[in-house]
Amino acid sequence: MKPLIKLRWAPYFFLAPFMLLFFVFGLFPLGFSLVLAFQSWDPVQGLSSMTFVGLKNFAFLLEDDWFWKSLYNTLWLAVVSGLPQHLVAIPLACFIHNRLGRWRNAVIGVYFMPYITSTVAMAILFSALFSTDYGVINTTLQFFFPMQAIDWLGDPDNIKPAIALMVFWRYVGFNTVLYLAALQAIPRETYEAATLDGASPRQQFFFITLPLLKPMMLFSVTLSVIGGLQLFEEPFVLTGGRGGSDQAGMTTAIYMFRTAFEFSDFGTASAISWSLFLVVALLTWATHRLFRGKKEAT
Amino acid sequence: MKCSSATASRRKALKAFSVLAASASLAPFAEASVTTLSVAAFPAVDQILKAALPEFQKKFPHVRVEVIGREFADHHTAMTTAIATGSKLPDVMALEAGFLGRFAISGALEVLSQPPFDALQHEKLFVPFTFQQNRDAHGQVVAMPTDIGVGALFYRQDVLSRAGIAPELLGKSWESYVEAGREVKKATGAYWVTHARDLKDIIIRSNLQPGEGIYFNEHKEVLVESARFVRAFELARTIREQRLDARVQAWSAEWAESFKRGTVATHMMGSWFAGHLANWLAPQTRGLWRTSALPDAAHAPWGGTFYAIPRRAANKPLAWELVRFMTLSPSLQLSAFKAHDAFPALLETHRDSYLDQPVAFLGGQAARALWRDLALKTPAVPLHKLDALAEEIVNTELDKVLSGRKTTQRALADASRMLGQRMRHSA
Repeated sequence: MKPLIKLRWAPYFFLAPFMLLFFVFGLFPLGFSLVLAFQSWDPVQGLSSMTFVGLKNFAFLLEDDWFWKSLYNTLWLAVVSGLPQHLVAIPLACFIHNRLGRWRNAVIGVYFMPYITSTVAMAILFSALFSTDYGVINTTLQFFFPMQAIDWLGDPDNIKPAIALMVFWRYVGFNTVLYLAALQAIPRETYEAATLDGASPRQQFFFITLPLLKPMMLFSVTLSVIGGLQLFEEPFVLTGGRGGSDQAGMTTAIYMFRTAFEFSDFGTASAISWSLFLVVALLTWATHRLFRGKKEAT
Repeated sequence: MKCSSATASRRKALKAFSVLAASASLAPFAEASVTTLSVAAFPAVDQILKAALPEFQKKFPHVRVEVIGREFADHHTAMTTAIATGSKLPDVMALEAGFLGRFAISGALEVLSQPPFDALQHEKLFVPFTFQQNRDAHGQVVAMPTDIGVGALFYRQDVLSRAGIAPELLGKSWESYVEAGREVKKATGAYWVTHARDLKDIIIRSNLQPGEGIYFNEHKEVLVESARFVRAFELARTIREQRLDARVQAWSAEWAESFKRGTVATHMMGSWFAGHLANWLAPQTRGLWRTSALPDAAHAPWGGTFYAIPRRAANKPLAWELVRFMTLSPSLQLSAFKAHDAFPALLETHRDSYLDQPVAFLGGQAARALWRDLALKTPAVPLHKLDALAEEIVNTELDKVLSGRKTTQRALADASRMLGQRMRHSA
């Protein structure tokens, strides 16, 4: 029987569906957004209204207070919500790995649950928890300490910590699972030899576990850096889409979204997205340098 | 004339065949002549449309209307995308008043005041302010109003009584309104408003001079440092300093809860707010709320819905027929008012006795008649393309004043600088 397609065309034929989808949903938006970053475009006026403005959008961002503020908010949230995730996830993973027997999987499941729960549902729940007058957090605090109710989501000073708490709660389980996977790959014999040599559990943690976890730390910290800098859903829902009072919770991703869809300035929004990309690339590179540098030192 | 039975049956067969043949040949034509109109809307405008369709299809049996309903914010984002790309562009789109300016001023909508359309012919049939809001940058009509929102004050009669405050005191001036709030808070503990920003929102929309929009004048000059804004910021600051606001954002869960629990005594919003209170926000507070004009004789439009035809729509003449049908029928507008609290833009509907009837939720007050009077006194507010951005800038600067980080003068100067910067960038 004669084949439907010639053998030399077969790879291209089978790759075509992926290539097509990748082009339409991956490459084209990327390229279009890059083109847009150098244009002035109000989408409501149609594609024909697009005008080339060179670097004007990027120059505008340099003097735009809101862009810098959103970048500061994003970095603050990435550090304050990201760092504790790893500081808690590593010891927690060790505890689950070494101490929990048959309850291990159930406990992992509980910690992983927030990661797979809908962000919107969680944000609604957290809005209720953080409510100034009716929230459980304030009610509990006031039960134990005689104090004024804390305005978690209305006071600019409290918005970022509230968002960071929610982000931490959501991703700590995910990181724990990553570290657990890495712990399982460390040979038992290493610990047995260390025990025979008289190393205490504390010494084993610092001189065996942590160094051998470094590749996974690099991977999960990189994920946290990228995810933290692209933070959108949690602050968006928690602050009613505006970024909160005095825009204290407005991340760069939220600012980009609002610039495009609320202020109808797709050119500037694209410039924001490419600027954010540069920041993400720079910090990811810095993370790699940091871990590589430490590896070389050890 | 006589004929044999065989001839007769042949004739019958021939007749039947010819009828069948004729219908078969006409069928594709009949199918082809059915035109589909697509209408994009948000709740509850989509429901109003669906309810009106049987009547419309009686008049236009060859037209099939497809209603595409989306959530409020999604709808306006989808309309932006549809206009930008030309893909899935509806023949008619419903636009909320707050979004209309963005579409109208950008020239994306069909001009309805030029032939073959005759929107201007109907101007006198509508509440005046709403027929001034529907213009593009050249003053041409680009949308037809269907329902309106007029700013009104809502207050808890029972809370005011407990504090011994006469409702008349609320409307006298902004100062007496704030003073009443102080008394109520002292006597009952209830917050006076949901957010200090509510006062600012009304005051900056009041007493506009000829040629002035909210944030810009007709010469495209920024107005945010005017006395209007200074007064609005100062009063909002007073409210916050005296802890009279609940500090909750409109439409948040906390905001809804404050009405359910009765912890907020007054609220300024569009007249349609009564429907929200009665239907889902706080139905258990039936009989406790009342409504009045805004303090200090302020009048402000607050929401409303328009129908527009995109410039690149496929079926403009039929789309116009649908828009006319939805906006010019008094009975239809009345049904929408009764079912969905969509206050009619059509003046003829205002003459219906339904508007004079007492509203049970508002303690039997003839509230609709009050809103009808307010609608006639409400001025049109000229729109500017950067209004949404200007509102955000002003709100952010107000936040800084309310949290004590900036003085009013400094905040307004910064708002003015940022707006100027944005105007230069978008020019």
